[in-house]
Amino acid sequence: MWLKPSSLTLAFSVLGSILILFLAVPVLLLYLTTPVESMLGIPYDEEAVRAVLLSLLAATTSTGISLLFGIPLAFILARYTFSSKSFVEAVVDLPLVIPHSVAGIAVLVAYSSRSTVGGLLNNLGIVIEDSFWGIVAAMTFVSATILINAARDGFQAVDREYEHVARTLGAPLHRVFFSVYLPLSFKPILSGAIMTWARAMSEVGAILVVAYFPKIAPILIVDRFMNYGLAASQPIACTLLTISIAIFMVLRFLARRR
Amino acid sequence: MLRLEHVSRRWSEFSVEDACLDCSRGEYFVVMGPTGAGKTLLLQLIAGIYYPESGKIFINGRDVTFHPPEKRNVGYVPQNYALFPHLNVHDNIAYGLKFKGYSKPEIEKTVREIAEHLEIGSLLQRNVETLSGGEQQRVALARALAVNPLILLLDEPLSALDSKTRENLRGYLRRINRVFRVTVVHVTHDLVEAVSLADRMAVMSRGRILQVDRPEQILTRPSSPFIAEFTGSINVFRGYATPRENMTEIRVSSLSLWAAGSRRGEVTAVVRPESILLAKQHPQTSARNVFRGTVVGVEPRGAVYAVTIATNSGLTFTSYITRSALLELELRRGDQVYLFFKASEVHML
Repeated sequence: MWLKPSSLTLAFSVLGSILILFLAVPVLLLYLTTPVESMLGIPYDEEAVRAVLLSLLAATTSTGISLLFGIPLAFILARYTFSSKSFVEAVVDLPLVIPHSVAGIAVLVAYSSRSTVGGLLNNLGIVIEDSFWGIVAAMTFVSATILINAARDGFQAVDREYEHVARTLGAPLHRVFFSVYLPLSFKPILSGAIMTWARAMSEVGAILVVAYFPKIAPILIVDRFMNYGLAASQPIACTLLTISIAIFMVLRFLARRR
Repeated sequence: MLRLEHVSRRWSEFSVEDACLDCSRGEYFVVMGPTGAGKTLLLQLIAGIYYPESGKIFINGRDVTFHPPEKRNVGYVPQNYALFPHLNVHDNIAYGLKFKGYSKPEIEKTVREIAEHLEIGSLLQRNVETLSGGEQQRVALARALAVNPLILLLDEPLSALDSKTRENLRGYLRRINRVFRVTVVHVTHDLVEAVSLADRMAVMSRGRILQVDRPEQILTRPSSPFIAEFTGSINVFRGYATPRENMTEIRVSSLSLWAAGSRRGEVTAVVRPESILLAKQHPQTSARNVFRGTVVGVEPRGAVYAVTIATNSGLTFTSYITRSALLELELRRGDQVYLFFKASEVHML
């Protein structure tokens, strides 16, 4: 038997569909209006290939850094209360509200070779301006928040009684972390990492300021669009979109399976 | 074995105030009190999950007041059992053994042995989320017992189970206590559960331990009005038990109560008010205990009504019935009624 949908369900479905179309149509049209032969030429476009590989490498490195430093921070935030906690949480969320160009300027002011910290980094051979590490720094600045919050929520959702039982069974806290907290928060951390990676991949504004060179794919697209127009930027845009979607889907699939 | 000296701690809205306890090896010790009395906090202080603000805790003569849980050698079974959902039954039981430095074959052997003992040998490869409440309970007990703890701490172990499973597991907990010779500290809000399991028990209210004694003493000589009110909520009889017809007959003045099991000698028998049913006519029932009496009082008691009935032999029973049952029976003071309950509802101490 068919139940007549309520007017609310109907109205919401219509409104929702309009938004879905608004989101899906540009992506679809990008594929439909890009000549296939122009995309087939991308593997021979050395600059484009280099840019795409650089994007992938920088986004993955940035996500790795977010995981390495973000998971411990998330655990502390999830498990402990301390006086400066809300301040720390505000700092974590801050990059979300800063315009990306401003974020780029801020990173440059803080970590360029002329700054104090930048000077120290310089001694270690790490230069931020127009370098791979500059790209990674900008990506991490705009994306780490996602990972930290996802991991914190994941840790918070773990029943504390698991820890209590594990401790009485003889596990010190660091073993409890690896044998109980981490496996039980694996899914939220993995999906957080995927979103962090996707965010890093898509960043342009901050990187434009910090490290225009070497050109990552999104910047190369902007570059081609500004200099040669829409048609010239479309093939590489399409390629980047395809790669991003493919990786995103594979990771999502893996995340669901676990 | 376990000694608490003037232990105090506040945590959130709960508190333990000036708690003093002394449990001997192999004792089944029950801490009973209403919700919010601080029973769980007391258990967690013993486990080392929280540290006291003042006072001392000794286990086996060793001052463990500020030792972390992993250095105390206690088994803890929380109310929700907290079985690790990412591990199967086998790996749950084996969890603690890794930290004891057991080799792989030793772990296997211990897990199998303990699973046999607790009759969960067939569940080892099962996902813990597919287990029934009673099975989860057994796995949680097996996991705690596997590391051979000095003390087993049980937080409301029977409250999440249906009444039949609860009945089975009660005997099971006593057996574990005897077979593993482990000191048990069992927390509950259920007086009948407490008195039918405990060697000794403590009654707690608002963070304070009011009385520590054998269940018979608590029932017959409550030390405070609070405990008297608590113990007044169940039917308590002293009598002489004789095994008969695969059951036990308990002579209480001129009445015979029938109880499941076999016992001889002086006993204290308790019956929950909610286990006693009422009827105006002689009931068609398999219940062994059927008595006639006069209603001497009907009083609202929260969601139910407490009906007090005096039998012709001079014993008084209290039965809890619902409002609709009360209306249906049209009970008034002075009415003649039959009260009846099963032999399995009579708990002998």
